[in-house]
Amino acid sequence: MPEHTFRLNGEQVTVDVDDDVRLLWVLRDVLGVTGPKYGCGINVCKACTSHLNGKAVNPCAVPVGALRPTDEVTTIEGLPATAGADLHPMQQAWLDQDVAQCGYCQPGQIMAAVALVRRVTDEGHEITESDLDGLRNICRCGTYVRIREAIRAGADAMRRL
Amino acid sequence: MTTSRSDGTTGPLPVRADGRTEPYTPGRRRFLGYVLAAPVLTAAAELVPAAEARAQTPSSDTPSPQIPSPEITELVDLNDVMTAAALPTSGLITVEVNPDGTVSFALPRAEVGQGITTSTAMLIAEELTVPLDRVRVTLADARPELLFNQLTGGSNTTFSTYTPIRVAAAVARGRLLRAAATAWGTDVTELVLKDGTVTGPGGRRVGIGALSEKAASVRTRQVSVDLKPRDEFTVIGTPHNRVDALAAVTGRKTFTMDLAVPDALPTMVCRPPTINGKVGSVSNAAEVRTMPGVTDVAVVSTGVAVRAATFGQCIDAVRALRVSWKPGSAEGKSDESVLRTLRAAELPLGPPPLTPSVEGTFTFHFRSNSALEPNCAIADVRPDRAEVWSCLKAPIVAKEAIAAKLGLPLGAVTVHVTEGGGSFGRRLFFDAALEAVEISRKIRKPVKLMWHRADDSRQGRTHPMATSRVRIAYLGDTVLSYRQRHTGVATDLSHGLGEIFTALAAKLPVGDIGFSETFFQLSQSMPYDFGVNSRLLSETDKSFNTGSMRNVYSPDVTCARELLVDRLAARMDKDPYRFRHDFLRDDRARAVLDKVAEAGRWGRTMPPGTAQGIAFHSEYHSVNAVLVEIDCRPETVDRPIRDGVGGPRVTKAVIAVDVGLAVNPRGLEAQMMGCLMDGIALTLTSSLHLRDGYFLEASWDNYFYTRQWNTPPELDIIVMPPTTGKPGGAGELGVAASMAAVACAYGRATGTMPTSFPINHGTLSFEPKPTVPPVPASPADGLDHVR
Repeated sequence: MPEHTFRLNGEQVTVDVDDDVRLLWVLRDVLGVTGPKYGCGINVCKACTSHLNGKAVNPCAVPVGALRPTDEVTTIEGLPATAGADLHPMQQAWLDQDVAQCGYCQPGQIMAAVALVRRVTDEGHEITESDLDGLRNICRCGTYVRIREAIRAGADAMRRL
Repeated sequence: MTTSRSDGTTGPLPVRADGRTEPYTPGRRRFLGYVLAAPVLTAAAELVPAAEARAQTPSSDTPSPQIPSPEITELVDLNDVMTAAALPTSGLITVEVNPDGTVSFALPRAEVGQGITTSTAMLIAEELTVPLDRVRVTLADARPELLFNQLTGGSNTTFSTYTPIRVAAAVARGRLLRAAATAWGTDVTELVLKDGTVTGPGGRRVGIGALSEKAASVRTRQVSVDLKPRDEFTVIGTPHNRVDALAAVTGRKTFTMDLAVPDALPTMVCRPPTINGKVGSVSNAAEVRTMPGVTDVAVVSTGVAVRAATFGQCIDAVRALRVSWKPGSAEGKSDESVLRTLRAAELPLGPPPLTPSVEGTFTFHFRSNSALEPNCAIADVRPDRAEVWSCLKAPIVAKEAIAAKLGLPLGAVTVHVTEGGGSFGRRLFFDAALEAVEISRKIRKPVKLMWHRADDSRQGRTHPMATSRVRIAYLGDTVLSYRQRHTGVATDLSHGLGEIFTALAAKLPVGDIGFSETFFQLSQSMPYDFGVNSRLLSETDKSFNTGSMRNVYSPDVTCARELLVDRLAARMDKDPYRFRHDFLRDDRARAVLDKVAEAGRWGRTMPPGTAQGIAFHSEYHSVNAVLVEIDCRPETVDRPIRDGVGGPRVTKAVIAVDVGLAVNPRGLEAQMMGCLMDGIALTLTSSLHLRDGYFLEASWDNYFYTRQWNTPPELDIIVMPPTTGKPGGAGELGVAASMAAVACAYGRATGTMPTSFPINHGTLSFEPKPTVPPVPASPADGLDHVR
């Protein structure tokens, strides 16, 4: 079987698996990194949202063979380290707002939120209602309002980093 | 045994037939608990002490409404029945004080997001006076000795565990104090237990961990305790964040599929193209068995199981299988044909009244109760034993069914209850667990079974399609009668609630009717002074995999009622809020209604195409009212949404809720928020479309549950101060009034009362995915969408 190497949460990893196995299953079934969740497998529910080189990516739609050795994949497990802390400010905002109910979608929600804040910051504007409306991550418990509040608070905290 | 009571009386406690003493209940409440023989302090209580049974038979001193309107739910409701069912049989629950100063409790319920591990930890922290973060609440394995009393449903958890958990904690507290007193040679009255530390004369201090072994008992004995009075509460009733929040936000919270059970490789099932179809033959099993990663291919009763090194390889194998299928249980059926069947089964409303009346017929389409975590289970079946991991709200029924299926004695089957990624009714059933044991037995290997989202949506359980006919007769300012005829595709209640009702139906004041009807009567109530009141349920057609979704009948029944209330108010030339206010019978009901009207500025001027709606619902000894504002203007309705539905937007919601006593107000707010999102989806966007014997929806881009773009930007949730002093149900409470308020607002904004739900059901907003192969291909273009 072919070997693939990429960076995962700050470390170089190498896996022995077919090219077309999607990254989600490489993470979960091969590497035992279970923060990214399965919710649809077709990139619509966004429960697996992680980061690729700092931007939001959905591992259920990425064949592992498409990754380059220098590509940095960050899952929820590796998020705190990107802020040099035990918890990323967005995770802290999630705790402060007591967002999670069942919690299944929340790693993906947090990763999507961080990527959104980075994007609007790069674009030079504040988060708008329209930006929040545009988040596609499903929460079947319906925590959407607290998610919106947490993202606003987390964005403020990220700016202070 | 003699005891003094706060009312000044003394004397022996009443002794029950079994020889045990009965706690004296009025005034200061004494309760019986146990200290169990164990190496560390282990305190226990009966899960439902007899003294706490609330089920009563009708009595002459029951407050009677002005107009005779016999309300079964005022005498006894669903929670009472579930509580009563447990009385003669309940086992013990135990609070254990560990040497490290933490306190452990195994909750015989399922945590699926509703926050019961947090509220349970709060009850223990309160009564034991230990910091909340020292309390470790886990989920108990299936405990058959608890019989009916390990079922998570009917919003019953806090209602039924509120007292027993505190009794066990109070027993532990008493033992710790006594152990310290003995060690120090002082009197218990000189000691204080606070924040997990006992303090005594001279500033002596000892942690509860150090006392645990001293406080342990070498024999099991019964003790009586007082519970902390409500005015001394410092934990119960104050907002607390969830105890599992840190695990959730760090990705460490462990769900079934996150468990690493040795050799339990990913497993999926290639499922039929129509509901409950069966395998005819498989033409390429040997070929698929050689695909990368695949270890096994086996025909099972639900399809063709494949086991592989990764789920991705399972998906590929499922898609590669060539299977001929036999017909399913709903072959050829469609929304239209089921609606005809329902119409034919409707019970008559009776001849038209001689007085004026309003009347409406409402249709509620099939809805999916899929949680975000799909059906899943791990099973390791050996010749002489089996071990299963799954999120199960009825684990005892599951364990019994698994043992029966495998032909194993009950004791040879271990069923672990895992934390669930949502439930909404799904986890009352154990379809995945049963399927996983069948596969594991067949291939003789452990399996980690997951349903693909498409499986979960198309073959998973659905909330039944239903119709509801309502007629309200009135004369002048008086409402004379209310009739409702609810007709649905049969709801499967076989998860254990069914057993309870079957067992108890004969004892209830509802006559000789089946348990669906009993459940219906017990779960519905008529909060208004509407005169002679009759509600009847008729169910038909058992060809679907059904289950309730976040409340069984109430959302549909209440939505129909509240829409007709609006129509009646209009006919009587009354304001919808004032009308409800004047006809609600109960002070608690009026209080929540008034609260949302005030906080939501009911009656404020709004632009054309937008409107407010208001609705009320009571259940589980709780009441709630919802006020929403909706925007139905074309520019809002038609806003572009990629792979989703925009539609009318609820722009604001105000919810007032009175559960009697909110153990954790922050958790209660969370539940009401979730209920609102469900209500919005039920009225505006989410349904399953049945065609040619299968549901067209196969994923979240087809099934339009509320998304961020449907979420109200403004939300105000008001938790009312304690009223009854006892916690009522909450987990499902808010869906009905939310759904109804959105429907009423839509009717007022558009000038047309909606009669078919969700309102967008007539428009198919997506292209259905193929049914063969049953699951869609995994996309490979993810790198094109990185942002």
